[in-house]
Amino acid sequence: MIFKKIRGVEMNLQVELLEKDSVQYFKVVGEIDAFTAPILKERLEPMQKVKGLQAAIDLSNVDYIDSTGLGVFVGFYKALKQNEGHMKITGVNARLKRLFEITGLDDIMDIEAEEGGDGDATV
Amino acid sequence: MLEVKRKYKEMVSQYVNSQSEMDLYSGHKLSRQFIEKEISPEEVIGIHKRTLKELFPEMDEKISHSFDFLIEVMIHYGLALQEHQSLIRKQEEHEMEMNIAAKVQDTLLKTKVPNFKGLDIGFVSVPAKQMSGDYAYFVSDEQSYASVAVADVIGKGIPAALCMSMIKFGMDSMQAERSSPRLVLDIVNRIVEESVDDSMFISMFYGKYDAKDSAFSYASAGHEPALLYKADEEKFVELDAKGLLLGVQSNVLYEERTVHLADGDFIAMLTDGVTEVRTEEGFIDEDLIKELLWKVKDEPSQIMADTVYRHLGEMQNFQLRDDFTIIILKKEDKKV
Repeated sequence: MIFKKIRGVEMNLQVELLEKDSVQYFKVVGEIDAFTAPILKERLEPMQKVKGLQAAIDLSNVDYIDSTGLGVFVGFYKALKQNEGHMKITGVNARLKRLFEITGLDDIMDIEAEEGGDGDATV
Repeated sequence: MLEVKRKYKEMVSQYVNSQSEMDLYSGHKLSRQFIEKEISPEEVIGIHKRTLKELFPEMDEKISHSFDFLIEVMIHYGLALQEHQSLIRKQEEHEMEMNIAAKVQDTLLKTKVPNFKGLDIGFVSVPAKQMSGDYAYFVSDEQSYASVAVADVIGKGIPAALCMSMIKFGMDSMQAERSSPRLVLDIVNRIVEESVDDSMFISMFYGKYDAKDSAFSYASAGHEPALLYKADEEKFVELDAKGLLLGVQSNVLYEERTVHLADGDFIAMLTDGVTEVRTEEGFIDEDLIKELLWKVKDEPSQIMADTVYRHLGEMQNFQLRDDFTIIILKKEDKKV
């Protein structure tokens, strides 16, 4: 575990792994930035060599991902694709949804917005 | 060894009686002989212990034992010191390499803001750490075309700088000022896809300005949309275009769009170090950047870029969390 103190706030990221119906569910809690991205990478990497891995990543408890964090998902996506696996990302809030749209990743990745569709609400 | 021991005993015996500076000085000289004969500090303590026993046979046994304790401490002190020094040396080497790399980055990636008639260009780029992952590129034929790129490399440090220089030379060689933005991004994507490792990606916004009809064509590879300020409507428009980050997969179709600049219009190209500024109260409101720009919209581009940096930098006490790059392109007013 890596803890970094920034302006007195402890930066921490939790990743829980749970297997159900041969799908690997990763539940991520926290913020994924340059400091915490290595924690996520460390948890995902051992799984990515598994042939045909079915991974589902739940981001409903993640408010913020920076470009380093995004890099971890892209790396995981590429590795899974090479090994005939599949990655699904669920529970993205409006902020994350915009990030995946801007980067064009929503066109190639399987991404599901937060339930309730609050992120799509327009005025 | 025996010879040195004998000398040591002599000197100690003289010093304890005289306590003179001269005798201390002979001790200095003897230490060099210890080094030459590869006698370690803890061995010197051993010699000292035996010397005392010989000079003062009636010495308390407990004092003699205390030297065994000192010898043990010195052995481990020596090991720890060695390790510490070797780490410091390594760190110094790394720092030196980083300095060289940062210089190489500065030299390789040096970009000159073109002096282009009809377009006033302002530019600020500040790295958060020594080496920047942000990159700005200008190229122009100084008459009809000027092209501008802003990019953010994900994955920083030396590999990122090497990657950027590769892209720069790629763009230099394709006469990017005349090429269409979607074509430039397509080619750059192939360069990055083929030659860069899996964990490195780049977002890039690329625009080409044509002075003949004041048209600005642009394409984006997963980059933050640029902002266009339309003076006649007094409002901002986001210049977004569909396109995947560079280096994720080959064969990406980049959308290209064109807008026309009127007098007083300007375009702001940014990286996420500008839009994702974070303070103790959280993220800045995206309207803040528009507000800042609007307040200085009548100033020259460089002053506009400087003002936005000064304001957002101040909010973070100038301790940037991410590289900060902003480019302002402004159609120059017709001379009265």
